[in-house]
Amino acid sequence: MTTSASNVPLLAIDDLHVTFSTRRGLVEAVRGVSFSVAAGETLGVVGESGSGKSVTAFAVTRLLDASGRVSQGSIRFAGEDITSASSKQLRRLHGAAISMIFQNPRGALNPIRTVGQQIADAIMAHEPISAGEGRARALDLLKAVLIRDPKKRLDAYPHELSGGMCQRVMIAMAIACAPKLLIADEPTTGLDVTTQKTVMDLLAKITAERGMAMILITHDLGLASRYCQRVCVMEQGKVVEEAQPLSLFSAPQHPYTKRLVAASPTATSTIADLAPEALSPPLSHSPHPEEAAVAAVSKDGPECAGASFETRTMSAPQDEGLGNTEKRKPAPGTPLLLEVQNLVKRYDRGVVAVNDVSFSIRAGESLGLVGESGSGKSTISRLVCRLIDASEGEILFDGQAIGTLPARDFHRSPLRKDIQIVFQDPTDSLNPRFNAFDCIAHPLRRLLNMKDGAALTARVSECAERAGLPSELLERFPHQLSGGQKARVGIARAIACRPRLLILDEPTAALDVSVQAVILQLLDRLRREDDLALLFVSHDLNVVRMMCERTVVMQNGQIVEQGESLALFAAPQTAYARTLLEAVLHLGGPTSR
Amino acid sequence: MSQLSTTAKRAGWRFASSLPALFGVLVFTFLLMRVLPGDPAVFFASGPSAGKEEIEMIRKQMGLDKPVPEQLVRYLGDIGSGNLGRSLTTGQPVLADLKSRLPASLELTFSALLIALLTAIPLGVAAALRQGSFVDHIVRFICALGVCVPTFVSGLLLIYAFYYLLGIAPDPTGRVDIFSSQPPLVTGFLLIDFALAGDWEGWRAAASQLVLPAFTMALFVVAPLARITRAAMLASLGSDFVRTARSLGLPPRKVIVTYALRNALLPVLTIAGIVFSTMLGANVLVEKVFSWPGVASYALDALLASDYAPVQGFVLLMASIFVVVNLTVDVLYGVADPRVSVE
Repeated sequence: MTTSASNVPLLAIDDLHVTFSTRRGLVEAVRGVSFSVAAGETLGVVGESGSGKSVTAFAVTRLLDASGRVSQGSIRFAGEDITSASSKQLRRLHGAAISMIFQNPRGALNPIRTVGQQIADAIMAHEPISAGEGRARALDLLKAVLIRDPKKRLDAYPHELSGGMCQRVMIAMAIACAPKLLIADEPTTGLDVTTQKTVMDLLAKITAERGMAMILITHDLGLASRYCQRVCVMEQGKVVEEAQPLSLFSAPQHPYTKRLVAASPTATSTIADLAPEALSPPLSHSPHPEEAAVAAVSKDGPECAGASFETRTMSAPQDEGLGNTEKRKPAPGTPLLLEVQNLVKRYDRGVVAVNDVSFSIRAGESLGLVGESGSGKSTISRLVCRLIDASEGEILFDGQAIGTLPARDFHRSPLRKDIQIVFQDPTDSLNPRFNAFDCIAHPLRRLLNMKDGAALTARVSECAERAGLPSELLERFPHQLSGGQKARVGIARAIACRPRLLILDEPTAALDVSVQAVILQLLDRLRREDDLALLFVSHDLNVVRMMCERTVVMQNGQIVEQGESLALFAAPQTAYARTLLEAVLHLGGPTSR
Repeated sequence: MSQLSTTAKRAGWRFASSLPALFGVLVFTFLLMRVLPGDPAVFFASGPSAGKEEIEMIRKQMGLDKPVPEQLVRYLGDIGSGNLGRSLTTGQPVLADLKSRLPASLELTFSALLIALLTAIPLGVAAALRQGSFVDHIVRFICALGVCVPTFVSGLLLIYAFYYLLGIAPDPTGRVDIFSSQPPLVTGFLLIDFALAGDWEGWRAAASQLVLPAFTMALFVVAPLARITRAAMLASLGSDFVRTARSLGLPPRKVIVTYALRNALLPVLTIAGIVFSTMLGANVLVEKVFSWPGVASYALDALLASDYAPVQGFVLLMASIFVVVNLTVDVLYGVADPRVSVE
């Protein structure tokens, strides 16, 4: 199903403005967006957080928070102006004409109602049918979304289903009343790569079969390029470019699109490629309304609190000859820094999170650990970091067995300062009552027994500077910092004691691509400067390929394959590694695969 | 089926694990009573002129001359055989006293809780649906009033208004009019017993006696229940699944009741359990003001008289009720929230 030739587009948005009233006045999140979707077409809307892409979607369905409202412009659906439709009119449209699929599928379902009931609710909202009929229709829909064992799932509660299955249920509810337009807001964010692929394939199949138009909102350019016929790029509440995916990603016109395309890791890019224009104008990703509010209170104004600073440091790594990461290999004689032998971690009720895992890291080497959620990679990072105790196996660091020391007492070990970790969530891993200075100084005070004074201040400033955090931000508390800045605080804290092994547990999973690009460059530079060994845990294979010389692929707590990154990514030996790699999306138009 | 069995299993486990706590309560109250000043033997001697020998004799009779550990063992043994001792003030076995008075307290508390829930949940929902509006402020005002006015003051005010000024309410002297007849004793709950006997005249009389104290009690606990309803309702109205329900065009009633409220009631259930247990003991003032023959006022009288046995019996009763209430809440929670049975 391709673009239909009818004169009236299914959905036409013209000069849409959306304003949020916050405690610090009005914030305009969408500023003059215009686009249209034809019947049966799939339109991608891409942009980074705060670009206003989700707000646009919620404005179309009028599901904005109470504080937000459409302040200007018009939304026409099938020729009818729905900009100021009454709630009664909207209720007729919702589900039956326009429906939505959300991020976080499990949260989007009612936790105390069975899946079958919820699907039946969706049908009965628009059609006068009996409960029995509703149940039968719900079963048909579960079959349509290819859920395994649909009869049994009918009476399941959302918590009994996996994230991917919950999203299938959500899709079933959304298509229950055969709407003409489906708005999918980051439908696969947070799902595993393989699940992401199956869910997206299902969405594409269903929309094609039923002639539905779809707006796919995503931050993932690969996803948009693969599944959409047209793509709009949004920045700071405006559409900056609109084109076919192939031309958009092979020859982007707008500077923002160029940077976004460059920052997205691909199958061939190197770290240096991620942000080629070192001295480009500020990478502006407008902050959220809340972030804007925070920035407005801070003394330096939004410029400093927001994005501009990300670019300032972006230039730094450029001078040092990047991009030869892959050619660089530790000399053959380098001793092993970390050796993990037959590691096993069992939990109660016979759950084996890590099953007989062995690998090693040389000094200054970086090792990638990839796998889907539940494969045990985070457990390994915690085991190696000695935050939890292994059930069996040895962990040798620099020749010393550290696995025998209980995790509870490891903070007293002199090796504690040599193994540090950067956690996935930059917000939750910082103490909200500590400002950035205290966060970074904490390990110095505890592990190196440094006392307050000039030496400590100098060391903290040095770490902050190396992590690219300006010294004026050291006084700030985590809630006053942006996501990228919090990630920098976490990295500065981890390198404060000059560790020899840095464990990175999905360090950029919560960040926008442009911020991710800068953070990855930063990590790569730190590694080369300090001869730091990295254990890089990630689900993003492209990132691992760029960052790591060797890669370990995990599944169900076991290593299925390990080897040189280049070789492994070029020619995976096992079926599982191949599946993982095939699920990775590439820029450049819908592929025929 | 499997859910029922897991719920039963969990309830059984909870009950078993609360037994040590019950035992601890027993020992603690026993020791507390021995430590508190006041000698029951002196209190129960014939008069202020009673001689030393007389007091000694009473002490011996009551077993107070024995060392404390031995007294404790004997006390525990008595409880094991179902003997809670004898009240020196009423002359009756404590068990019989509690048995005759507990239904009065329970009837009052249950009615009050019912009134409180029926008031608090709609108020909380209304406040959450119109957050920051006039309704929200009114609800907040009512809640503040309910909390800050002590029950004996609100009770007296209600009596003044409805009995003295308006003359609608009957005189506040216990559960039934002294001139009307008692129903045949079945459950001890007058409303149920009257209904069982088909005596609707009596039922009305008992109900009208109950209304004022129950409202006094309810007024006191409306606040926490309404506040938690409002908070939980706000959380679930802002949740993703309510947004989903809206995005599918579900009727507003269904969104608010089936999706938002049913989820919001889970924390309300927990609080209601706590409130109920608190009310049973805390309604001593209401019982006093309305001359309600309940267990709390009975225990208070006994405490003032240094009458050990009724106080210990009362504390044990309260602890047991607390365990039972928690258990009930647990089971209800397991039924209401399918996620609980997983852990």
